[in-house]
Amino acid sequence: MSSNVAPATPVKSTGLHVGEASPGVAKRDPILIANQVRRQFGGLTAVDVEHLEIPRHAITALIGPNGAGKTTLFNLLTGFDTANTGTWSFNGKSLAGVSAFKVARMGLIRTFQLTKALSLLTVMDNMKLGSTQQLGEKLWASVFPMLWRKKESEIEEQALDLLARFNLDSKKDDYAASLSGGQRKLLEMARALMTKPEFVMLDEPMAGVNPALTQSLLEHILNLKKAGMTVLFVEHDMHMVRHIADWVIVMAEGKVIAEGSPDEVMKNPAVVDAYLGSHQDIDLGTVTGRITLPKIGKGK
Amino acid sequence: MDFLGILNSTVGFVIDPVTIAFSLAALGLAVHFGFAGLLNMGMAGFMALGAYGYAIGILTFGLPWYIAAFLGPLAAIVFALILGIPTLRLRGDYLAIVTIAAAEIMRLLFLTSTFGPITGSADGLSGHNSGSFWADNPLPEGQYDFGPFRGTELDWWVRIVGFLILCVAVAIVWLLVNSPWGRVLKGIREDEDAVRSLGKNVFAYKMQALIIGGVLGALGGLVLAMGQNVNPNQYVTSITFYIWTALLLGGAATVFGPLAGAVIFWVIQAFIGLLMPALAAEGLLLGLSSIQAAQIKFILVGIALVLIVVFRPQGIFGNKKELTFVK
Amino acid sequence: MVKDGITSHVQQPGDPMKMPKSRISQWIRTVLVSIIACTGLSLFASPASADSANADLPYSISGTVSESGAPLEGVKITVTGPSMAVPTEVLTAVDGSWSIGVPEKNSDYEVKLDTETLPAGSSIVDDPDTTAVESSSMSVRVGPGGRVALNFFLGDVERATTSLLDQLLSRIINGVNFGLMLALASIGLSLIYGTTGISNFAHAEMVTFGALASLIFVQLGAPLWIALIGAVALSAFFGWGMDAALWAPLRRRNTGLVQLMIVSIGLSLAVRYTYQLIIGGGTEQLPGADSPKLQLFGSISLSWIDIASMVISVFLLAVFAWWLLRTRIGKATRAISDNPSLAAASGINVDAVVRVVWIVGSALAGFSGILWAFFRPGIRWDMGGQILLLMFAATTLGGLGTAWGALIGSIIVGILVETSTLVIPSDLKYVGALVILIVILLFRPQGIMGRKERVG
Repeated sequence: MSSNVAPATPVKSTGLHVGEASPGVAKRDPILIANQVRRQFGGLTAVDVEHLEIPRHAITALIGPNGAGKTTLFNLLTGFDTANTGTWSFNGKSLAGVSAFKVARMGLIRTFQLTKALSLLTVMDNMKLGSTQQLGEKLWASVFPMLWRKKESEIEEQALDLLARFNLDSKKDDYAASLSGGQRKLLEMARALMTKPEFVMLDEPMAGVNPALTQSLLEHILNLKKAGMTVLFVEHDMHMVRHIADWVIVMAEGKVIAEGSPDEVMKNPAVVDAYLGSHQDIDLGTVTGRITLPKIGKGK
Repeated sequence: MDFLGILNSTVGFVIDPVTIAFSLAALGLAVHFGFAGLLNMGMAGFMALGAYGYAIGILTFGLPWYIAAFLGPLAAIVFALILGIPTLRLRGDYLAIVTIAAAEIMRLLFLTSTFGPITGSADGLSGHNSGSFWADNPLPEGQYDFGPFRGTELDWWVRIVGFLILCVAVAIVWLLVNSPWGRVLKGIREDEDAVRSLGKNVFAYKMQALIIGGVLGALGGLVLAMGQNVNPNQYVTSITFYIWTALLLGGAATVFGPLAGAVIFWVIQAFIGLLMPALAAEGLLLGLSSIQAAQIKFILVGIALVLIVVFRPQGIFGNKKELTFVK
Repeated sequence: MVKDGITSHVQQPGDPMKMPKSRISQWIRTVLVSIIACTGLSLFASPASADSANADLPYSISGTVSESGAPLEGVKITVTGPSMAVPTEVLTAVDGSWSIGVPEKNSDYEVKLDTETLPAGSSIVDDPDTTAVESSSMSVRVGPGGRVALNFFLGDVERATTSLLDQLLSRIINGVNFGLMLALASIGLSLIYGTTGISNFAHAEMVTFGALASLIFVQLGAPLWIALIGAVALSAFFGWGMDAALWAPLRRRNTGLVQLMIVSIGLSLAVRYTYQLIIGGGTEQLPGADSPKLQLFGSISLSWIDIASMVISVFLLAVFAWWLLRTRIGKATRAISDNPSLAAASGINVDAVVRVVWIVGSALAGFSGILWAFFRPGIRWDMGGQILLLMFAATTLGGLGTAWGALIGSIIVGILVETSTLVIPSDLKYVGALVILIVILLFRPQGIMGRKERVG
C-alpha cells in the first residue's frame, strides 16, 4: 500500500521545539496548548494529558495503540466531548467549555474517524455547507433570495475549485451516499477546507481509503501545510507518519508518552514498548495490520 | 345506496377546512421530520394551541379575529421553546416521547374542569366565529355551489382564509427549504455532528425548525377552529398519527408531498367513512352496524401507515434517494 | 359555611389554591369522583345523559350532585337569573348529572339545590373544620366560554374525619398498587426497547389484549382464575404472533428505528380500532370488580382484588427477576440490551432471544391489562392507550432499556399520580407525571437507573 507513497520527499519543518524533545516539551510557536486535560468514563481514564503543545504551520501526527485516547482527545479539544478537568487554548483563546460549533468558527476544524459525509445531500451541497460566509443560512435572510444569491455563486465557484483539486468535480451533482469510502474521506476533507480553517484536525484520514487514493490524500495533506495551515492527524500507518509528519506525539493509555521528530520517536524505547510489546523487530506499521510485510523493506 | 352522492361529498372534501388544516399541520411536520429529522409526536398539541388561542382570544379577551389568530402561533412558539430546550440536545426518541407527553398535557389542561370557564372543559368552545370573523366576510349572503363544491358564504369565507394562509405558508416553507438555511437543516437531519464540526449552531437550527413547524401546526388548528367548534377531543394523540400518515403518504422531505398526502388521506378517509356505513346500511358488511362500519376507516389508516413505512418510505412523491429514514 | 353539610363547588381556574387548607382534603375526595368523568373517559360523562332543561339555549350551567362519590338521582336544581324570565328547574339523572340552558353568557345566575329532594337518611354533617363559603344556594357567573360546571357534593361522617395523613397513606398504597401494575406493563416495553430499539407504541394494545382475552374467557363461562391464566397464555401467544408476523421480518430487512416506531404506531391504531369494532365503545366489567372494601387499619380500606393484585404483581416481578438474572436466556437478554452486535458475535442467537422477549413482554403486559381492568375499573377498547404515556414516562424515568429502571420508574409514577390528587385537581393527575417526565429529561436524561453515557 504505502509502497506507492513517497515519490518526492516533502520538505520537513524542523526546529519546532524548545529544548530537549520530551513529552510536553514547549514549542517555539504553539497554536494549541493543553494543560491537565482529563476525561474519565466511569472508572476508566481515557485521557490524562498533563501538558501538550501543537506547533504552528507544521504537520503533527498523533499516534498510539488502539484505546490510547487519541480520538477522545480530539473530541475534547474540538468541543465534542466534555473534559472532567483541564484547560486548553487555541491561539491564546481558551477553548475549555466552548461548544463544538464555536470552536469550528474560530478556525479549528476536524474530520471524523467514521466518515460523516451527509449521504442524502449532493456533493455540491455538502461542500456549500462548509462555507461560513453565507448570510442565507440565517433564518430571516433565507426567505429573501436576493440577499444570498450572489454569495451562493461565489461559494459554488470556490467549491468547484476545491472539488476539482480533489478530483470530485465530476460527482458534484451526485448524492454523497453514492461515493466510495475513499471519496467520502476526500469530500469530508474538501468540505472542511471550505471553512478556510487555520488548524485542521484529521481523525484517521487514511482509514478505509483505497490504496489508489492514498497518494492524492497525502498530497492534499501536504498542500494544507503549504497553504499555511496547521495539521494534526491521527494515524496508524507509520509510513505515512514518517513520510509527511514534521512532529510526532505518541499516546498510550491516555497519556502522552513521547514526542519528537518521526525518526527520533520511532527509536524511542518507550514507544516501541507501548506499540509493539515483544515484536520489537517488526516495522511499526505492520503491527497495526495496515501494511503487509513483504511490501515494505525492514531496513527503513 | 347513493354512490354518486357519496362521491360528490367526497370530492367536496378536497377544499374542506379540515383538509386545509391537515395540510398545514403536515407541512409543519415536514419541516420537523422531513427536513430537520425531528421526531415530533405532539403535533396535536400545537394544533390545539392554535385553535384554543384563537377561540379564547375572541371569547375571553374579546379580540377581533385577525388579532386572536396570532395568539395560537405565539403560544406555539413558547410551547416549542419549552419542549426544545430540554430535548433538542438529546437523542431523537426522547423528543418523540416528550412531545407526545406534552401534547397530552395540553389536551388534559384544555379538558380539565379547573379551567372550564375559559376552555369550556369537555364541551369545548363555540360561538367564537359568529362575531367579528363572520362580520368581516366580504361575500354576500347566499348559497354558492360549483359542482361538488358547495357551501354558504360562511363556508367559502373559511375556505378562502384557510387557503390564503396555506398559500403563504407553502411559499415561505418552499423558500426556506430551498435556501442555504434549508441546506443546513438537511445536513443536520443527516448527521448533526458533521454540521456542528463545520461551525453551525445545530441547536439553534433545530429550535428554529421546531418553532416554524409548530407555528404551522398552530395555523392548522386555527383554520380548524375557524370552520367549527373547538373541542379537546379533536386534539387527541391519534390526530398526530393521522398527520404522520398524511406526511409519509405524500413524502416527508418535500414541500408539496405533505399537501398532496393530506388531501389524499382526508379524501380517502371521507370516502371510506361515507361508503362503509352506506354499505352496512345495505347489509353488505356481514351484519356490521353503520357505526361499526365507520370505524373501519381507522383500522385502514393504521394498516396504511404500516404498509407505507415498510414498502414506500419515501412516500408517493418523495425521491427514493432522498428518503428520510436514514438512522 | 356548612349550613347543612352540602358543599358545592364552582370550578374556576386556580380555585383549589384559593381554598382554605382544611377544605382541600375534602375537596379532593369529592372531586375524585370526577376523574372518571373528566380524564378522557367521556363515556361516563357524556352530556347527553344529564337531565337537561332549556337545551335549546346557547349557553349552559351543568354539573353533578353526589354523596360520598355516589351520584344522587332526582335532586331538584333551580336556576334563576336576571336574563331569565322564569326560574328553570331540573331533576338530576341517574348519574347525578344535570344541565340547564341559559340565554346569556357574561351574566350571573343563582343555582339552588332543593334540600327537600335529598334522599332520606343522607348523613348530613356539620363539619366544624369547614370554613369555606358553601351552601345549597350558589351564585355563579357564566363566563365568555358560555359554560359553567357546578357540582354539589354532600358530606358524610367518614369524609369529615379522614385526616390528611390517612388520605396520604391511602393514596400511597393505591399508588403502589397502580405502580406495580404499571411496572408489569412497562418492563416489557423497556425490554423490547433494550433488545430491539423499538419505541413500541403498540404496547398499549398488548395491555388491552390481556383484559379483553380474560373478558372473553369469562363470557364463555370460565371461572376467573382460569380466565386469567388463559388470558396470559393468549397474550404470550399474541406477542409471539406479532414478532413472527411483523417484527422478525422487519428485523431481517434491517428496517430503521424511526420506521419501526412508526410501524408500531400504525399497528397500534389498527389493533385498537379492531378492538372497538369487536367490543364497541362501552365498558365491560370483570367479575369481582365491585368487590367490597375491607377495612384494614385507620381509614385504609382495600378490596381483596387490590390485595391480590399487589401480591400477584410482586410474585410475578420476583419470578421475572429470577428469570432475567439466573436463567441462560435472561442473561442473554441482558447481554443483547447491553450490546447487540457483541452478543451476536459471542454466539447468542439474537433473533431467538428477541422472540422470547416479545413473548415475555406481551404476557406481562397482558396480565397488567387484567389488573388495570380491575383498577380502573372496567374494560374498554382504548384502556391500554390511557396508560401508554405513563408507561413511557416510567421507562424513561427509570432509564430507557433497563428492566429495574422500569420497575422503579413505574412505582414512582404510580405513587406520584395517586398522591398528586391531594394538591392538584384529579382530572389533571396524569399531567403531574408527564411534567415530571419532561423535567427528568432536563436534568438526568439517562434516567434514575440508566448509565451515564452520551445521549446527545
